[in-house]
Amino acid sequence: MERLDGNAIGGVLTEVFGREMTIAVGVCGSCGATGPVAELHVYMRAPGIVVRCPGCENVLLRIVQSERRTWLDLSGLRSMQIDAPG
Amino acid sequence: MAGTAVLGRLTWLVAEVAGLVTETPRVRTILLDVPGWPGHRAGQHLDVRLTAEDGYQAQRSYSIASPPGEPLAITVEELDDGEVSQYLAGELREGDEIEVRGPIGGYFVWEPGGEDPLLLVAGGSGIVPLMAMIRHRAATGDRTPARLVYSSRRLEEVIYRHELEELAARSDGLEVVLTLTREQPPGWEGYSRRVDTDLMHEVAWEPEQRPSVFICGSTGFVEAAAGALVELGHDPLRIKTERFGATGGG
Repeated sequence: MERLDGNAIGGVLTEVFGREMTIAVGVCGSCGATGPVAELHVYMRAPGIVVRCPGCENVLLRIVQSERRTWLDLSGLRSMQIDAPG
Repeated sequence: MAGTAVLGRLTWLVAEVAGLVTETPRVRTILLDVPGWPGHRAGQHLDVRLTAEDGYQAQRSYSIASPPGEPLAITVEELDDGEVSQYLAGELREGDEIEVRGPIGGYFVWEPGGEDPLLLVAGGSGIVPLMAMIRHRAATGDRTPARLVYSSRRLEEVIYRHELEELAARSDGLEVVLTLTREQPPGWEGYSRRVDTDLMHEVAWEPEQRPSVFICGSTGFVEAAAGALVELGHDPLRIKTERFGATGGG
């Protein structure tokens, strides 16, 4: 399973959050590592996307999409800082 | 900064193929005419969606090759097991319509006018978003010292080769360093090594010069190049990376 990075989920995150998210800064709920979404480890395998901490590989985000809804698990994140649009 | 990248939701737009350029035997540039396209920044990508007659949909991301302000273009490499890339790089014809949405990404983006030198490191088709930056730099007359380190397997696979030669020949501060890792033409005087610490030591700016670094390629390539630069003392926070999967982009 090829590992990508958070740039690859820029589209799906914009769809969910309504703004550019690859520059948002997340804090790992396990090790406390802090960094932009673009640098997170991303595994894309339909139907789900798994996002892990590049420091400790803790699962930060899980995203599953269907035509009618998106399911988002953020339980591995301690916090996320998102800039105002513009 | 340009608000177009962050404002509003992503909407699928109909794109008509306005032109096709064969870059290498497996790589094509697709010029797109997209009414309603909001514009983009150098380094961003877009999503492409294809819909079959039976309703089956496939979606992939591709880096934008054109600089801001010029007609939209993506460059696609045909992958052996890539259903979307095979269609885009092989079967698509002028006048065909596909769907796109974007621009996407605000991290792997370069704006002219900075003080720091620019170090661009590309592996294979990882050149595409970096080419948008190089073209943007040229189009805006920016004189930021820039160096491209571009690793390909062989000379015939170097995407945008002639344009890169022309831009480097302008002597406006852009240097192009090629390394051909699998096969070199007779008399080749460039590099033939993989990107590693030794190569980076020879061709990258010194850490004290505080370059802005953008690295794009396969995951293995990106980690090797970024690891080498960090080992040489470059600040990890100044190194921006974007990874393609081996089947990435599909």
